[in-house]
Amino acid sequence: MGWVFQALLVVALAWVAHVAIGNLYDNLAARGLKLGFDFLWQEAGFEIAFHLVPYTSSDNYWRVFLVGITNTLLVTAVAIVFSTILGFTIGIAQLSGNWAVSRAARIYVEIVRNLPQLLHILIWYNVALRALPAPRVAIGVGDMVYLSNRGVFLPALTSDRPGLLVIAILIAVIAALALFRSLTSYAERTGRAVNAWLPSLAVLVLLPVLAVALTGTQVSVSLPQLKGFNFIGGWALVPELTALVFAMAIYNAAFIGELVRASIEAVSKGQREAAAALGFGWWWTLRFIVIPQAVRVLLPPLSNQYLNILKGSSLAVAIGYPDLVGVFTGISINQTGRAIEIVGMTMAVYLAISLLIGALINLFNHMTRIVER
Amino acid sequence: MTEAALISDTPRRATAMASAPARIALWLRRRIFASWRDALLSLVVVLILGAIAWTILPWALFKATWSAASRADCAPGGACWGFVAAKASQFIYGFYPPLERWRPDTVFALLIAGLTWLMVPRIPGKGYAGLFMMVVLPVVTFVLLHGGVAGLPVVPSDKWGGLLLTLILAVSGISFSLPFGALFALGRRSRMPLVRWLCIGFIEFCRGVPFITVLFMAIVMLPFFLPSGMKPDPLALAVAGIIFYEAAYMAEVVRGGLQALPKGQYEAAMAIGFGYWRTMLYIILPQAIRKVVPGIVNTTISLLKNTTLVMVVGLFDLLNIVSAGVADPLWVGSQAEGYFVVGLVFWLMSFGLSCYSRAIEGGFARADRA
Repeated sequence: MGWVFQALLVVALAWVAHVAIGNLYDNLAARGLKLGFDFLWQEAGFEIAFHLVPYTSSDNYWRVFLVGITNTLLVTAVAIVFSTILGFTIGIAQLSGNWAVSRAARIYVEIVRNLPQLLHILIWYNVALRALPAPRVAIGVGDMVYLSNRGVFLPALTSDRPGLLVIAILIAVIAALALFRSLTSYAERTGRAVNAWLPSLAVLVLLPVLAVALTGTQVSVSLPQLKGFNFIGGWALVPELTALVFAMAIYNAAFIGELVRASIEAVSKGQREAAAALGFGWWWTLRFIVIPQAVRVLLPPLSNQYLNILKGSSLAVAIGYPDLVGVFTGISINQTGRAIEIVGMTMAVYLAISLLIGALINLFNHMTRIVER
Repeated sequence: MTEAALISDTPRRATAMASAPARIALWLRRRIFASWRDALLSLVVVLILGAIAWTILPWALFKATWSAASRADCAPGGACWGFVAAKASQFIYGFYPPLERWRPDTVFALLIAGLTWLMVPRIPGKGYAGLFMMVVLPVVTFVLLHGGVAGLPVVPSDKWGGLLLTLILAVSGISFSLPFGALFALGRRSRMPLVRWLCIGFIEFCRGVPFITVLFMAIVMLPFFLPSGMKPDPLALAVAGIIFYEAAYMAEVVRGGLQALPKGQYEAAMAIGFGYWRTMLYIILPQAIRKVVPGIVNTTISLLKNTTLVMVVGLFDLLNIVSAGVADPLWVGSQAEGYFVVGLVFWLMSFGLSCYSRAIEGGFARADRA
């Protein structure tokens, strides 16, 4: 019975595919198009307002694709950092014994998460940022950071060998993490009190400094300066990026706050009482009893939320931030007409990242499952 | 801080016997001023909330202009509600011809009647209510709104818009994504490998890509695979996109409920001679869905919010028509008022849904205890 049904299903799917592909060839022939990725090497010919990798309008569509991916990853990463900080604050505040704090956090969650993310983005872009002063009267924070309706201006690190700097910082972060991990595990194994923070921080700071000093790389800080009607120098966050980061951080923080609250509540009260009975103080109870158990509950949905941030970043297209969807799926399809290849490539990027993170979550679940003895 | 406030050193009885002012004082001491740090924190929170209220309230109420013929009539620094009043019918009906607006009104009335029937627990006949929402209402809505029969003039779907369109997208999405989701969830647990792998592939695909790319796929990619000359309606494509995208999320929610059911339920159904479909329809799915009501409502709320994305396809849902209204030269600069109204509508619908879900859960919990 089951086999008959599956055989029929195969026949039906094959028939649909046959008809669809037949239509595809007819349509392509009618429009004088053909399938293929050769268009990637054509000159794009349009400007992109904001890019991390070098780009000019004479670059090809492959470059546009890369600009789109890096812009998407940038806004996702920044939004993840800020929404995590804000979300943890909101989650812990919801559990506060202080009535005013827990109520305020609750109100925040209920207002923010019941509004569409697109509305958040439009409000930040069209209402909140427009209300900021013009560059000439920008709000300055210690002559380093400026807030204006043309975006946010930050001090920038400039160097004649940016690649070396990035690699040095990456290596320093990995080395510091590894050192921290091995020191804490040493402390846990032997029961000796070891300060893991100080050496790790030292590695994090000293390694890049050493790399710069030894190779004689020029590094300077460029501060934003007002010239005419706008700022020059420094690192300019275009208004689109600023609005997007604000909106996404605030929107997703409400969901992360709920996840954090639920994960802490999931640790049974008996665990805290047992810790108290052992003479653990507030910080030790949190550090060794509550957090390790809450993290096991928290991490899988939290990674899912991070994936939602990645997918939500595609709403950037609504305000013209040049993310993958905006610049590749939007403009490039209009210019080349290669809808099938471009939509397919865009989906493949998101799908690959999602499946990768999904596999990591499964691995984590497998590694941290409670082994009962 | 948390611990200190949660563990009270005052016996409960003393609290109960104390006079009202003393009780309030005790509550204030424990929940607001437990320590100087708490007092400071409370003060900061109250100041922040006060500052927000101080910005919004004068703008929305005290300095607002309530009726105006254009933006120029409005006092600066206050909301210009004349904009919303002037555009209200467009926000609700889109570009639907004014003479024919009794048709969307009838649809709204039928929708409210159907929802009441479906959602108020005391009204019997939920099966018929479901049938009404899934079969009768879509057909009647389409015939009424589109027209072309019984002397009704045709109103093409590009004239539908505003709240009407948002509700069409949301309600059709919600009514169909749950049954499709349940089917995909069953398919994912099927013993037929082909069915199982197809369902897994579909679900993981939908969950892995942004909804916008699904809309792009439906609008720019799908026409290549259809017979040439066939011009699908953008609204129909958007509805289909929403239904299948959200069905994948529903499937995962329902799967959670299926996994939580004890095996004995399947075995008992088999023991009394039920086949696969009868087992699922009468024994398994009702229990599984009951277990995951919060998840279903969360997916529903996210579906409702996702309907705003149809603007990339050029449909004028509530948010997009408000954005279009702001572009009117008479009303330039009225974004804040427009977004305020959109936000209020979405917030009321979403918050209402989550309150309803909590009430339903409470009812289930009481029924299980009884």
